[in-house]
Amino acid sequence: MSDEPNKGLQSPLRRQLLMGAAALPLISMLPRPSFGAGPATSVVNTTGLAVTDTEVTVGILHSATGTMAISETGSIQAEKLAIEQINAAGGVLGRKIKFIQEDGASDWPTFAEKAKKLLVNDKVAAIMGCWTSASRKAVLPVVEQYNGMLYYPTFYEGLEQSKNVIYTGQEATQQILAGLNWIAKEKGAKSFFFIGSDYIWPRTSNKIARKHVENVLKGKVVGEEYYALGSTQFNSVINKIKLTKPDVIFTDVVGGSNVAFYKQLKAAGVDLSKQALLTISVTEDEIDGIGGENIAGAYACMKYFQSLDNANNKAFVPAFKKLWGEKTVIGDVTQAGYLGPWLWKLTCEKAGSFDVDKIAAASPGIEFKEAPEGYVRIHENHHLWSKTRVGRAKLDGQFELIFETADLIEPDPFPKGYQ
Amino acid sequence: MTDNRFTNRSELIGILVLAVFLVVILPLCLDVFRLNLVAKYLTYAFVALGLVICWGYGGILSLGQGVFFGLGGYCMAMFLKLEASSVENTKIQSTPGIPDFMDWNQITSLPLFWQPFHSLTFTIAAVILVPGLFALVIGAAMFKRRVGGTYFAIITQAVAAILTILIVGQQGYTGGINGMTDLRTLKGWDIRPDHAKVVLYFFEVGLLFICILIAQFIRHSKLGRILVAMRDQEDRVRFSGYSVANFKIFAFCVGAIFAAIGGAMFALQVGFMSPSFVGIVPSIEMVIYTAVGGRLSILGAVYGTMLVNFAKTSLSESFPELWLFGLGGLFIAVVLAFPNGLAGIWQDHVQPRIDRLISSRKPKSESGWTDNSVADGAPAE
Amino acid sequence: MFGDYSIGDLGSIFVMQGFAGLILFSVYVLMALGLAIIFGQMGVINMAHGEFMILGAYVTWMTSNLFQSYLPGLFSGYFFLAMILAFLASGALGMLVEWVLIRHLYKRPLDTLLATWGLSLMLQQAYRSIFGAREVGVELPQWMLGSLKVTDSIEVPINGVFVMGLTVLITIVVAYVMYKSRWGRQVRAVVQNRIMAGAVGINTAKVDRLTFALGCGIAGVAGSAFTMIGSTGPTSGQLYIVDTFLVVVFGGAASLLGTIASAFSISQTQSTLEFFTSGSMAKVLTLLAVVGILMLRPQGLFALKVRK
Repeated sequence: MSDEPNKGLQSPLRRQLLMGAAALPLISMLPRPSFGAGPATSVVNTTGLAVTDTEVTVGILHSATGTMAISETGSIQAEKLAIEQINAAGGVLGRKIKFIQEDGASDWPTFAEKAKKLLVNDKVAAIMGCWTSASRKAVLPVVEQYNGMLYYPTFYEGLEQSKNVIYTGQEATQQILAGLNWIAKEKGAKSFFFIGSDYIWPRTSNKIARKHVENVLKGKVVGEEYYALGSTQFNSVINKIKLTKPDVIFTDVVGGSNVAFYKQLKAAGVDLSKQALLTISVTEDEIDGIGGENIAGAYACMKYFQSLDNANNKAFVPAFKKLWGEKTVIGDVTQAGYLGPWLWKLTCEKAGSFDVDKIAAASPGIEFKEAPEGYVRIHENHHLWSKTRVGRAKLDGQFELIFETADLIEPDPFPKGYQ
Repeated sequence: MTDNRFTNRSELIGILVLAVFLVVILPLCLDVFRLNLVAKYLTYAFVALGLVICWGYGGILSLGQGVFFGLGGYCMAMFLKLEASSVENTKIQSTPGIPDFMDWNQITSLPLFWQPFHSLTFTIAAVILVPGLFALVIGAAMFKRRVGGTYFAIITQAVAAILTILIVGQQGYTGGINGMTDLRTLKGWDIRPDHAKVVLYFFEVGLLFICILIAQFIRHSKLGRILVAMRDQEDRVRFSGYSVANFKIFAFCVGAIFAAIGGAMFALQVGFMSPSFVGIVPSIEMVIYTAVGGRLSILGAVYGTMLVNFAKTSLSESFPELWLFGLGGLFIAVVLAFPNGLAGIWQDHVQPRIDRLISSRKPKSESGWTDNSVADGAPAE
Repeated sequence: MFGDYSIGDLGSIFVMQGFAGLILFSVYVLMALGLAIIFGQMGVINMAHGEFMILGAYVTWMTSNLFQSYLPGLFSGYFFLAMILAFLASGALGMLVEWVLIRHLYKRPLDTLLATWGLSLMLQQAYRSIFGAREVGVELPQWMLGSLKVTDSIEVPINGVFVMGLTVLITIVVAYVMYKSRWGRQVRAVVQNRIMAGAVGINTAKVDRLTFALGCGIAGVAGSAFTMIGSTGPTSGQLYIVDTFLVVVFGGAASLLGTIASAFSISQTQSTLEFFTSGSMAKVLTLLAVVGILMLRPQGLFALKVRK
C-alpha cells in the first residue's frame, strides 16, 4: 500500500469522513444521537469481540496510581474526551463506544496482566494505552498473542513495528533530527552535552542524536550522562556542563527528575536565554511541575504544543479544558492520546468492521484532518506521518512555536545509519 | 510438644485440603486466564514460604527477598531469552542471534556470563545456587557479627536497592528497566498458549508442595526447634553450645532458595522478568503476604499470598484509584489486630469450634495446623 | 580523565563538587535527623517518614499559593511561615499516628515497619486524591533564585546556601533540645530504661508521643526545604526512605553526631564519584561501600552497641 493521501479511501467513505469532520465544531448543538443504526453485528464483528448492536467496548490501560500516574493522567483524559466526542458525533459504525478503564499501576507486569484481561475476558475491540517503553514492551507480546489492537500515544525510541500496534507518538528520528538540524543552523551549535534518564528511550534517542551530530552536523558530543529514574541530585552534572561549556545541552530526563534538574540548573546560574538547551522530554505537563520561571528560554522539540495556532487546536483546547478544568495543560503525549480513538474510529469505518486483522490492514493511509497538531496520516509501518516543531518555553508554562518543518516527516522506526 | 514426627494428623489434613483446593477445585472453577493469575500469585507463595522459615521461625526479617526472587527469575529468563533470540527470530537486528536489548545497546557479541545459560541444566543449577550462595555470603557476613533485627532488615533493603540500580543501569546486559520481555519457548515447547499455562500451573503446584514438605520437615526436625528457641532466647541457645550464626545462615539460605524457585517459575509463567520485582517495594509486599497468612504458619503463607493478591487484583479492577487505601489498611489491620494473620484467626476462632464439635464425640483432639509451642510464644522480632 | 581540564578548572571542579556534596549533605541531614530521633531514640522503624516529608512539601506549596492569591506583597517572606506550618502539620499528623498506631507496637519494632509501610501507602493515595497525581511546582521568591558568583568559574546557588543554613540551625536546635533541655533528658531517660523512667515520675506515653511528633515535624521542615531543589508528588517520599535509613544506620543509630558524620561521608563520596563516573554507578558504588563497611563494622560509625 502507498502513503499517498486519499488513495486508500473509497470516495463515499471519504465523504462520510469529511462530513463527520465538518460536524465537529457543531457537536454540542447536535441532538443526542441514537445508536443501533449501523450495519449488523455479525458483519462488523466476525471474531467475537465485545460488540453489540448498540455498543462497542474499548479498553483504556494507563497508570492511575504509582509514579507514572503523573504523566499518564493526561493521556487518560484525552482518550476519554475523544471517546465522548465520537459518541456525541454518532459513534463508530452506528455503535456507541463504551470503555473499560484498567490501572497499570506503574508496574509493567500489571500492564501485561491487565492487557490480557482486557483482551481475553472483556474482548475489547481496541486498547488505548501504555505510556513508558517498558509498559509497551510488556504489553506487546500479549496483544500479539491474543491479536489485539493497541494505540500507543508516547514519543518513543523506535526499533519496533507491529501489526497490532498503532504508534500515535513520534519515533526517535522523527522527533530529534529536525530539532538538531534547526539548532545547529540557528545557533551555529557544534558541541553538545547529553543528559538523560537511565533507560532505553533516552539512551536510544541519544545514540541517534550522537550519530547525527557526529556524522551529519560534524559537531562534537562533549558529554553524555545518565541518571536513575527519579534521581534528584544533578549538581555534579551541572558542574560538568559548566566546565565543558557546550553550545547546546540536549536533555531527555523524564518524570520528577526534570523538576530537580531545571531548578538546580537555574540555581547554578545557568541562564537558559544565553545557554541553548534542547529538550525532547519536557511538555507542558512537565512544566507544570518544574515552574515556568525555571525553564523559560529552553527549546523543546516535539510535534505538538498547546499554543499551536490552527483551527483544529482552537476547538480541541477549549473542549479539553471544559471537560477537565480550566487549569489543565495539554502536552504532546496528551494530544497523541487524543488521536488514538479517532484514528481507530476512522479505520473501523474504512474497514467496515471491528475485526482486528481488517483494522490492521486498513490502517495505512488513514488520515485524520482534525488532529489538533494539524494533519496526520498512518504510514505502512503503523507510525504517523507528522510535522516536527520546536518551541521555546515561556514564563507562563506555554511554548512559543518558533519552527516547524515544512513537510510531514516520514516515520522510520529502523533508521539506517543510526543503529 | 515432643512430637518428633514429620507431620501430625491435622497438619496432614491441612496439606490435603490445600492440595485438593489447588489441584482440583481451582482448575475446575476458574477459566484459564484466572488460573494463570493464581499461578502468578503462587510464585509469590514460594517467597512467603521461605519467609515463614527465616522470619517466623528464625526471627530474621529480610526486606530483600525480592533480590532472590529476582536472581532466580533472571537466571531462568536469561535461558528463555537466549532461546527466543535465535538467529532467525532476530534477523532484523544489526547483530542477529543476541537478545534484542543487547542489540539496542550496541553490544555485538554475547557477553561471557551469558554463555552458560544456553544450557538448561546449568540454568536450573544457577536458579538454586546463585541466590543460595549470595544469601550465604550476606548471611555469613551479618550473622557471624551478630547483626540482626532491624539492622539486618535495613541492610537487606539496601542490597535490594543496589541490585535494582545495577540491573537498571547495566541495560545492555540485563534489559534495564524494561526487563527481559517476550520469552517464548522452553526447549522448543511454546510456553505462551493456554494449555502450556495449565501444564506449568500443575508443575508449579507440584514444586510448591515439595517446598511445603521441606518446610514441614525443617520445622519438625531438631533444627526447627533450635531456630524457634534461638528466636525467643538467642543467648540461651548460644550458651548451650549451639552456633547461632550457622542456624541463621541456614534459615536465610532456605528462604532465599525458595524465593528463587518462585522467581524462576514467575519467569516461566508470566513470560518476562523485570527489575520491578527486585526492589524494596516488592520485597516488602512479599513480607506482607507472610504476615497476612500468619508468619508462623506454613500453609497460612500460601493462603495469605493468594488472599492479598486476589484482593489487589479485584480491588484494582473495580476501584483503580482506591486500592492503595485498601491494601494499606490491610497491612495496618493485620499488624494491629491479627499479628498471627489468617492462621491466628483460624486457630483462635475456627479451630476451637471444630475441636469442640469433634470432642463431643472423641475425648481428645490434636493441636491445630500451627505448632502449639510456637503459637504460645510472643510474635517474632 | 584530567587531561581536558586546566589547573584552574580543576580547582573550580573541586570547589564546586565539594559544594554540590555539601548540598547533598544538608539534604541527607535534614531527612535523617527526624529519622534518627524516631529510629535511634525510640527504635520505631517509620517507613512513612518520606510521606511526612512530602506533607511538609505540600504545605509549603499551599502556603505559596495562598500568598500569591491573597498576600502577593509578602510573597518574598512566605517561605519562613511555610516552614513553620510544615513543621506543625507533619508534627500533628505524627502525633495522631503515634496515638492511633505506634503506641501499640513499641514492643514489636519490626511490626512498626509493616504498619508504617501500610500507612505510607495510604498517605500516598491520600495525596493523590487530594492534590492530584501530577507533581506540583513550588514557586520560590525571587531572592532565593540564582547564584552568587564567587570567581569566574565558581558559582554558588543561593538556595543551596539557604538549605545549608537551615540544616545547621535545625541541627543546633535539635542538639540543644535533646541534650540540654529537661525534655530531652526525659526522652533519653525513657530510651535507656522505660520502667525506671516511669517510676521516677516521667510520663513516658507523653514523652513518646512528643518525640515521635518532633521527628515527624522535622521531616516536614525537610520536605519544605526540599521543594527548593526537588519535586513534590505523591510518591516522591518513597525515593528517599532507603537512603535515609542507611544514613542513620551507618552513623550508628543512637548518635546524633554519627548521623551527621555519616551524612557527610556518604554525600561527599557520592558527589565525588558522580563527577568521575555516571550518576547511577556513583549511587551503586556508594551504597556498596556503605553496606560493605556496615558488614565489617555493624555498629556504624559512632555507636554504643547494636549486638543483641
